[in-house]
Amino acid sequence: MKQMTNIKQANKRLVRNLFIVAVAMFGFGYLLAPMYDVICKVTGLNGKTGRIEATQAAAGKVDKSRVVTVEFTGNANSGLPWEFRPLTKQLSLHPGETAEVKYYVRNLASENITGQAIPSVTPGDSAGHFKKIECFCFTQQMLKPGEAREMPVKFYVDADLDKDIKTITLSYAFFNTDTALAKKYGGAAIAQTENHADHAAHSHPASGS
Amino acid sequence: MTTATAHHDEHHPSGISRWLMTTNHKDIGTLYLLFSLLMFFVGGSMALVIRAELFQPGLQIVTPHFFNQMTTMHALVMIFGVVMPAFVGFANWQIPMMIGAPDMALPRMNNWSFWILPFAFTLLLSTLFLQSQGGAPAGGWTLYPPLSVQGGIGTDFAILSIHMMGISSVLGAINVIATILNMRAPGMTLMKMPLFVWTWLITAYLLLAVMPVLAGAVTMLLTDRHFGTHFFNAAGGGDPVLFQHVFWFFGHPEVYILILPAFGLASQIIPTFARKPLFGYASMVYATASIAFLSFIVWAHHMFTVGLPLAGELFFMYATMLIAVPTGVKVFNWLSTMWRGSMTFETPMLFAIAFVFLFTIGGLSGLMLAIVPADFQYQDTYFVVAHFHYVLVSGAVFAILGGAYYWLPKWTGHMYSETLGKWHFWLSAIGFNLAFFPQHFLGLAGMPRRIPDYALQFTEFNQWSTVGAFILGFAQLIFVFLVIQTIRGGKKATSQVWEGAEGLEWTLTSPPPYHSFAVAPKIK
Repeated sequence: MKQMTNIKQANKRLVRNLFIVAVAMFGFGYLLAPMYDVICKVTGLNGKTGRIEATQAAAGKVDKSRVVTVEFTGNANSGLPWEFRPLTKQLSLHPGETAEVKYYVRNLASENITGQAIPSVTPGDSAGHFKKIECFCFTQQMLKPGEAREMPVKFYVDADLDKDIKTITLSYAFFNTDTALAKKYGGAAIAQTENHADHAAHSHPASGS
Repeated sequence: MTTATAHHDEHHPSGISRWLMTTNHKDIGTLYLLFSLLMFFVGGSMALVIRAELFQPGLQIVTPHFFNQMTTMHALVMIFGVVMPAFVGFANWQIPMMIGAPDMALPRMNNWSFWILPFAFTLLLSTLFLQSQGGAPAGGWTLYPPLSVQGGIGTDFAILSIHMMGISSVLGAINVIATILNMRAPGMTLMKMPLFVWTWLITAYLLLAVMPVLAGAVTMLLTDRHFGTHFFNAAGGGDPVLFQHVFWFFGHPEVYILILPAFGLASQIIPTFARKPLFGYASMVYATASIAFLSFIVWAHHMFTVGLPLAGELFFMYATMLIAVPTGVKVFNWLSTMWRGSMTFETPMLFAIAFVFLFTIGGLSGLMLAIVPADFQYQDTYFVVAHFHYVLVSGAVFAILGGAYYWLPKWTGHMYSETLGKWHFWLSAIGFNLAFFPQHFLGLAGMPRRIPDYALQFTEFNQWSTVGAFILGFAQLIFVFLVIQTIRGGKKATSQVWEGAEGLEWTLTSPPPYHSFAVAPKIK
């Protein structure tokens, strides 16, 4: 009988500990999200790019000994009735040199739509060295029916870029941000306001600028 | 399986309340196994819808959207509704009898972990009747965003049912660990435990570690869908690839959750019919533990094509290939157990040998998939489909069927019909290989998975595959008939049942008393 109560107590203790493990692992699942962001920031894994002020950009040194090709691409997310493309397909520049290109966007719908462009750079190793000084992705773009716009991107590739990387691709995806229009144009879960507060708060935002 | 009770002097409620309120490990084991068998036919019917559609190129039987629902639901039902509950059923029936315990450590929790399941699957399967709302989840069982964020109400049902299955699995795992660690008969040291018990102990720890991670991943999906979070939404600063990392952090250990108990079953069956003790018992235990450890550091091999850095691809490639070493140890030990044994080929042994042979084929195609540059070619083709059906159907399911034949006489007290068993085995083995072997070639030739249509040159292999799948599917009706027949009567089984069987469960009568080992047995 004494042995039975011993087993009961041992079971109780063990079950409590195992239950704590299960709860901790649930938390660990969530912890993977910030860990992933940190790893991406360090490695450039998911192609999220750096942002920098114009004054800092001018201070960087230019590496005249080599040339990097930058390719541009972009698409409107499925459901968003916008025509969106780069006006320059590609250009070559020295690392450290500042360049500016333009993207073209036109609203094909018959109502106002607000969109947000999310950039991505490949290969991932180059993302941390691709610095944007000015970009239409820093703010939301509101387009009236039929309105067209040319939007600038001013950037440089810093001289620390790996010597083996000869070509970098910058791509943008435009998303609808208007929750009221989400059914029609996609992007249902996007609540824009807090994102953009987030963008402004960091000079090196992890999220999409 | 329940007629046993009449012969024994034990009291329990009868009728429906016996099953609803039971805390008996044998009753709950039976419930799990019957539930699994029922789901086997539900998931199997979905597979046959898929194969019927793929009999010819073009669209003839179902719409592409319904086809996608079938591929998604087939996987969810087979993984969470068939293989996992079947293993828990075996654990319930066998672990207490194998370690000399009177019951599971937590009998009431045991009842609860089973009865969550029918509700979870009612919720999941009800989505099939919501076709006007978008129907069942259709973005693949892996629930990748953005599809799973955009999907209809069916995705929400699936997420909540996954939560319920997760709770059921975690409770079951806690129960198994507590039973094995605290309830062993005196003298049953850890290294004397039957291998099935060992593999389940390790599996239970895997379940405990990763089911909550899956619950976390689907909760993030749910809040992304409805509560304005942006874990996986690029537009909000999230990243869909993050989901793949979290999912496969669960998903790869899950693969071993589905196969380690099968290793345990094979390690019980093969020594019995080879009439030799298991070769390399200790190395089997260490190999199982190594596989479990390695399963946590290989997850990204499911996502070689998402754009990982080279160093990451190399790490995950080598870590994955390393798993072949402990797995090779196991296959070597099974073969060595059979070597110069006095083998006989009753149905359980046939399934066990087919398991060793066909699982090894699946393991080898897994090694091919582990090679990064090759995987870029194989990713999302029928080669992957062939690979995981070789490890899951001829691996997990064949081991489960072998285990069912092995212990059916013990559970029911009657011998099953060996003739019907052999018919079931050979039709399953032939149907299975006809269904899945050609899929290797389809995949290598470039046929993508999860697509209801295909290019004309793939027609012939697909037709073989469909014929094989229907043979495999209908052969399972023989099994149902055989199980019912064995429960209702047949030649009386002896206590030992099989000439070469060793272990505590064979010292009990067939069927065993409702409460066994109320007094702990002596362990030699």
